[in-house]
Amino acid sequence: MSELFEIDNLQIQARKEDGTPIPIVKGVSFNVKAGQVVALIGESGSGKSTISMATMAYCRPGLEFPGGEVRLHGKDVLSMDPQDQRSIRGNKVAYLAQSAAATFNPAITIGEQVTEAAVLHGTLTQEEANRRAVALYHALELPDPERLGRRYPHQVSGGQLQRLMAAMALVSSPDLLVLDEPTTALDVTTQIEVLKAFKKVIQEEGSAAIYVTHDLAVVAQVADHIVVLYSGEVQEQGPTEQIINNPKHPYTKRLMAAVKPTPKAGMGEKLDEEHSRDIPNIEVKNMTAGYGGIVNGKPVITVLRDINVKIKNSHVVGVIGESGCGKSTLARVIAGLLPAAKGEVFLDGKKLEADLKHRSAEELQKVQFVYQMADTALNPRQMISDILGRPIEFYRGIKGKERREEVAKLLRLVELPVEFENRYPSELSGGQKQRVNLARALAAKPEIMLCDEVTSALDSIVSSNVIKLLKKLRDETGVSFVFISHDLSTVGSFADEIVVLYAGRVVEQGPVDHVLAPPYHPYTRLLISSVPELRVGWLEETMQKREMAVGIARGVEITDTGCPFYNRCPIAIDGTCNLETAPTQEPHPDHFISCHRSMEEIEAAENAPQQVLHGFEKADPDGDKAAKAH
Amino acid sequence: MTDTTQAAASESDQETSIYDELPDAPPKKKLKLTWTGKLGVIVVAFWVIIAVIGPWIAPYDQAEILDMDSYLPPGAEIDSGGTHWLGSDNNERDILSRVLWGARMTVGISFFATLLAYLMGVTAGIAAAVKKGWIDMILSRINDAILSLPTIMLGLLIVVALGSSIPILIGTAAIIYASSVYRIARAYGQEIMVMDYVESAQARGETIWWIIFREVLPNAAMPLATDFGLRLVFVVLFISSLSFLGLGIQPPNADWGSMVRGNLEAMQYAEGWGILAPIWPALAIASFTIAINLIVDDISAKSGGDLAKKMI
Repeated sequence: MSELFEIDNLQIQARKEDGTPIPIVKGVSFNVKAGQVVALIGESGSGKSTISMATMAYCRPGLEFPGGEVRLHGKDVLSMDPQDQRSIRGNKVAYLAQSAAATFNPAITIGEQVTEAAVLHGTLTQEEANRRAVALYHALELPDPERLGRRYPHQVSGGQLQRLMAAMALVSSPDLLVLDEPTTALDVTTQIEVLKAFKKVIQEEGSAAIYVTHDLAVVAQVADHIVVLYSGEVQEQGPTEQIINNPKHPYTKRLMAAVKPTPKAGMGEKLDEEHSRDIPNIEVKNMTAGYGGIVNGKPVITVLRDINVKIKNSHVVGVIGESGCGKSTLARVIAGLLPAAKGEVFLDGKKLEADLKHRSAEELQKVQFVYQMADTALNPRQMISDILGRPIEFYRGIKGKERREEVAKLLRLVELPVEFENRYPSELSGGQKQRVNLARALAAKPEIMLCDEVTSALDSIVSSNVIKLLKKLRDETGVSFVFISHDLSTVGSFADEIVVLYAGRVVEQGPVDHVLAPPYHPYTRLLISSVPELRVGWLEETMQKREMAVGIARGVEITDTGCPFYNRCPIAIDGTCNLETAPTQEPHPDHFISCHRSMEEIEAAENAPQQVLHGFEKADPDGDKAAKAH
Repeated sequence: MTDTTQAAASESDQETSIYDELPDAPPKKKLKLTWTGKLGVIVVAFWVIIAVIGPWIAPYDQAEILDMDSYLPPGAEIDSGGTHWLGSDNNERDILSRVLWGARMTVGISFFATLLAYLMGVTAGIAAAVKKGWIDMILSRINDAILSLPTIMLGLLIVVALGSSIPILIGTAAIIYASSVYRIARAYGQEIMVMDYVESAQARGETIWWIIFREVLPNAAMPLATDFGLRLVFVVLFISSLSFLGLGIQPPNADWGSMVRGNLEAMQYAEGWGILAPIWPALAIASFTIAINLIVDDISAKSGGDLAKKMI
């Protein structure tokens, strides 16, 4: 009996202009049994996506298959004629791309897109497909399954769209499901929601799956078998338990080392207080900001409300929260890219103009902004020497030979070879570009750097290297950092203080050790619980927790009255939390939590996490979502 | 305790440091033309050289009347000695000489007209993209007005009103074609203006000139250069059309478009191969414009068809 799916000595190559082949995938073999989930793990450039597409006998233009076999039910799909290959794609083998937002056509209803492949291949009639789709919406725990199909893609959330893509793939009951980094671009909380749904539906459908990712902690939750790839070759493969608990290959160990630790008190490094001055480096006072112009002193769309944040000299302040909470907006207001509607920003005790056009060159120099995507932040037509040299010349008036020396110094500081000055950004890897991006901000000799999700788009190994570099820069340059991330464990390992933003409001802020230790704000608790741990069974355990039951089911909503976290909070008080603005309490010096519950009540809830405390129940408008343990 | 963990960490660092970060993507390929593109370059280069040296290598002057008979076939002997390699035209002049002289007029005028159109169109387009607001609004509406008029009608109107001379021809073609250049320059400009690297330059406090010349234009240069070639073709055809209608280059100056028109009667009246008289300048126009298109197609295909989407 042959396996369901076998890849046997698969080779994929590109060609140079003179025709010499460049191997991309160098003889990879693995099998997938029916009902099994196999994870392909490796960093970007390791060939994992290329292999995942080869399962459908597809490769990107310019690539070719010089050898090897890809067998589905014992038949080689690479040597089939195109008509037969077509009947497999989207039918026997279904593929889920990384970005659901880019996969769905915004002009066609969800239902039509989900059922399209099955109807096209003639496996189901439109009616059967519709019924099957609704059943899948139920299985994937999507809201309002009966009517969901009539909506358009922009009317559902990112996590829901990601799950709908799974429905799209599963409609024709494929034998093999290929998932290419389906949760990489998502928030931790959304990631859990999607992982849980994927896992459930794969088990229920009994279909085999190939799961492509760079994140070992995610793999530990969903896969039965792991294949570790580096540079187009298999480094190690085996059952999940064995790879996770007893990795043999040094590359696997390195991947393990890049897995983020669970956020907890004491994970950050202690910083001496020498540099501190009395006047904070940056102080934001009673700031309100948003988009769409200002009407009656209020922005049309308010994103941030009454923000008060202090950043001390040579300190790292981590700003965390899910997408849509206003993290980037906060940094943009400080940088002057988005003028605030109300409130002030002070730099070294001096008030800054809201709009950067009115700020002095010196003020601009002191506050530097680092963009998330190095790809769009670096001008593709400028060489690295110009990208880094310009701020040096512009702010510090250094020209010619000295400028070159400064550029070389900067490149060494961010651990890049000095020869890179003669390269263009497109000639660097993702991590190297991010280093240049940081170096450009450093070139201005700033006092404070605003880093907007600088590690979020990088895979785990590259991102852990960038964090290492940031720590070094903090120690060597004495620059203050505002470090924005949705990833609490990255922030916890790097920051001195944490600001937790939820729906445009600061819900908790203080030193890392206090924020990451009880009492937690319920939202902080949710974020901490959502960071995947590197062990099998973590996902199931976490889903049992009470904060998950309520917190995962819903997304960020910006509200005008009450506590914005009300509808996701396990300990919300009906009639109070949804109507009155939460008071700010100070359980430790400089540690603030905005919550209606007293610290004792929060701690009590913490200590009895599986029980609903008396009076902690609240009316739930949707009913079925927030099933609580009684 | 911490020491041992650190030692272990550095050890594993060494052990695993052989795994360098993998490159993001293979380095971008340099622009390499296919054989059709190369053919285009050869033909264009040929005509550019002729435009420069044409009058010196032409066997006769463009206006010199050599025979008593018009529309002599190619290879006919001239009374005063010598040969009409491509025959003679309606006014008994040597067609080969006139094609060589005409290259200067047709290629030269088109080139300068396109250059001027680019100067105007790119300046206005980038200004609209960078300044936005009411400047964009005014420039775009004026541009829409020009775009809404049929090119040949507008050209005829201007030339009839102001009289036909070389500067007027260049100016007319430039104004007409600047409007489509404006659209493309503005579209590219807007796309680049929202990139993070431009915002980063603005946040640095750079002047508007730095942003235009160092951030926006270098990134728009390649597509605009490709479009320049295509626009040149339209201008060649435009000038030729005007000449064909008798409003372009005035006699006795030779120009390919007016040569086609002047010799059209040969199709009816000429004997033997003399009927080819209008074909030679037509071939010159066709070869030049097709050659430019071959180059443009090649570059456009290399840029992933991104250009084609923006062309009007």
